[in-house]
Amino acid sequence: MKPLIYADNNATTRVAPEVVHEMLPFCTEQYGNPSSMYAFAQAPAKAMDTARERVAALVGAERPDEIIFTSCGTESDNAAVFGTLAALPDKKHVVLSSVEHPAVYNLAETLQHRGCRTTMLRVDSQGIVDLDQLANSIWDDTALVSVMWANNETGVVSPVKEIAAICRAKGVAFHTDAVQAVGKLPVNVREAGAQLLSLSGHKIHAPKGVGALYIKRGTRFRPFFVGGHQEHGRRAGTENVPGIVALGKACELAAAYLQDEVTRVRALRDRLEREILARVPDSFLNGGGADRTPNTTSISFEYIEGEAILLYMSDAGICASSGSACTSGSLEPSHVLRAMGVPIELAHSAVRFSLSRYNTDADVDYIIDKLPPIIARLREMSPFAPK
Amino acid sequence: MWDYTDKVMEYFRNPKNLGDVDNPDAVGEVGSMACGDVMRLTLKVEKGTDRILDARFKTFGCASAIASASILTELIKGKTLDEAAQVSNDDIARALGGLPSAKMHCSVMGHDALMAAIANYRHAPQPDSEEEGGKIVCRCFAVTDKHIERVVRENNLATIEDVTNFTKAGGACGSCHTQIQDIIDRVRRELAAEKKT
Repeated sequence: MKPLIYADNNATTRVAPEVVHEMLPFCTEQYGNPSSMYAFAQAPAKAMDTARERVAALVGAERPDEIIFTSCGTESDNAAVFGTLAALPDKKHVVLSSVEHPAVYNLAETLQHRGCRTTMLRVDSQGIVDLDQLANSIWDDTALVSVMWANNETGVVSPVKEIAAICRAKGVAFHTDAVQAVGKLPVNVREAGAQLLSLSGHKIHAPKGVGALYIKRGTRFRPFFVGGHQEHGRRAGTENVPGIVALGKACELAAAYLQDEVTRVRALRDRLEREILARVPDSFLNGGGADRTPNTTSISFEYIEGEAILLYMSDAGICASSGSACTSGSLEPSHVLRAMGVPIELAHSAVRFSLSRYNTDADVDYIIDKLPPIIARLREMSPFAPK
Repeated sequence: MWDYTDKVMEYFRNPKNLGDVDNPDAVGEVGSMACGDVMRLTLKVEKGTDRILDARFKTFGCASAIASASILTELIKGKTLDEAAQVSNDDIARALGGLPSAKMHCSVMGHDALMAAIANYRHAPQPDSEEEGGKIVCRCFAVTDKHIERVVRENNLATIEDVTNFTKAGGACGSCHTQIQDIIDRVRRELAAEKKT
C-alpha cells in the first residue's frame, strides 16, 4: 500500500485525538447554547471559559477576556484591521508587509476602495521587513500596523519586538498574524508588545472553522460581526462551542508539545532540508538566512515547475505545497518569494515542506529517498536543464 | 486541486515522445520561464513531402502543459506540415478529454509551439510576433494583439476571462483589460459580419 507522508502542516493539520475526545461531548450530549439561562447550558458555557483561559495562557495574555473566538484566522485578521479602523474614524492609513498571508495582503485593495491609504513594507532577501521604512511610514492618521509573526511559505520569523517598539513609540496599534507562529515558537503577547494577535485552530491540531483574536485590554476596537451580545459584544454570532473547546485543548497541547517542536521537529526539518539540498543539484533554500519556525522549509528546484513536482510527489504519497502559479489558481507565483527577490523562475519551482509533531524520522527518510528521482525525471522533460 | 482527466494524468505520468529530435529540421519554442511555462517542439521533416517523421517535446510547466505537448506530438506525427497546421488548440484539449478552463492556455501553447516550428521550417517570421507586425498588449506575459485576435477568433471567445484562460493575457496586473475587450469586440463584430455575407 502507498504510504501517506503528510508534510503540509502549514496548510492544515491532523486533529489531535485528545482534541477530538474533548470536543465530542459538545456535539452530542452538551449541545446547549451557552447564552441560554437554564442549567443545561452551563456546561458549554463553562467549557468555553476553560478554553478561553487555555488560549490566553498559550499566548501570554493578561486576562482571558482579552481573547475573542472567531471562525478562522482570516476572520481574526479581518476583524483586527477593520475593527481597529472602525474604532478610529479619523485614521485613514494602514501599514502592512509585502509578505503577509492573503488574509491580510489582499485587504490592501479593499482598504483602498474604502478610501484608506496603505503602505506595503518591503522585505529583504530573507523576508524580514525594513524597520526604517516602518518607522518612516507611520503618520498622524495611521490606524494600525499589521506584520505577521511567522511566514506561512518560508517560516521566516519577523522581529516582532522591534516592530512593536516602533509602533509603541509612534502611538500606533500593532497587529500580528501569528497563525503560523503559535505552537511552533514561544509566543507571548506581553513580551512581544502586540495589541492584537490572530491565531487559527486548524494549524495547531484543532478542527477547521475556529480561530481567536487577542485584543489587549484598552485597545480601541469595534466589532467586525454585528448582532448579538456574544464575546462581550465584540463578536456576534452563536459560539462554535465544540470548535472552541477543541481550540482550547489544542492550545494546552501546543504548550506541552512546544519543546518537542523546537527540538525533535526542528531536527527532522533540518535533516530533511540538508539532505534534499545535498542530494538534489541546483536546489536553493528560501529564507534560510533568517530565524525560522522549526517545522518549515521552502526549497526551489531550478529548471522545473512546482505543480508538476507536487503531483509526482502525490503519486508517491507525499503531501507538500508550492509557490508556483499553477497551484495558486492565479497566473503569478508566490508574492512572498517575489517580495524577497527570489527570481521568478525559482518562485515557480518552490516547494514547501511543513512538519508537525506527528512526523517521524521514517517520513524524512521516505521523502529524501523519493524526491531526487522525481526532480531528475522532471528535469529530463525540461528544455532548460543541463544535460 | 485541479480536476484533471485520466488522460491528462496518463500523459503527465508517462509522456510519449519526450526529448529532442537529433538534428531537427524544425524547432518551435514558445513561452518563457518567467511566465511559468515553456514548450520546445522539435521535428524531423521528410524533404519533398514535408511529412513529419518524428516529433519530440520538452516542457517546463505544469501537468497539463506537459500532457498537451506530449499528445500534440502524437497528433502530428505522420502528417504533412499542411495537415499538421490544421490541428487546433481545441483538438489538443479534446484529445486529452478536456482541460480545466483556467488551463486552456496549455493547449494554446501546444498549438503555438507547432505553428512556431512550421514557421521555423519555412524560414517565416514567428506567428503573431512583433516581427510579424504584432503589438504587445499584455506586458506581464508578453502577448501580442495578433495572438489574442487569432485565439479569440479560433475559439469564439467572448470575455476577458476567456482570453486570460486561453492566452494568460490580462492574468496579472490587469492594465490591458480595456485593450483585450476592444479586441474581443472587434473580432466578434467581424465574425458576425462574416456570418452574414
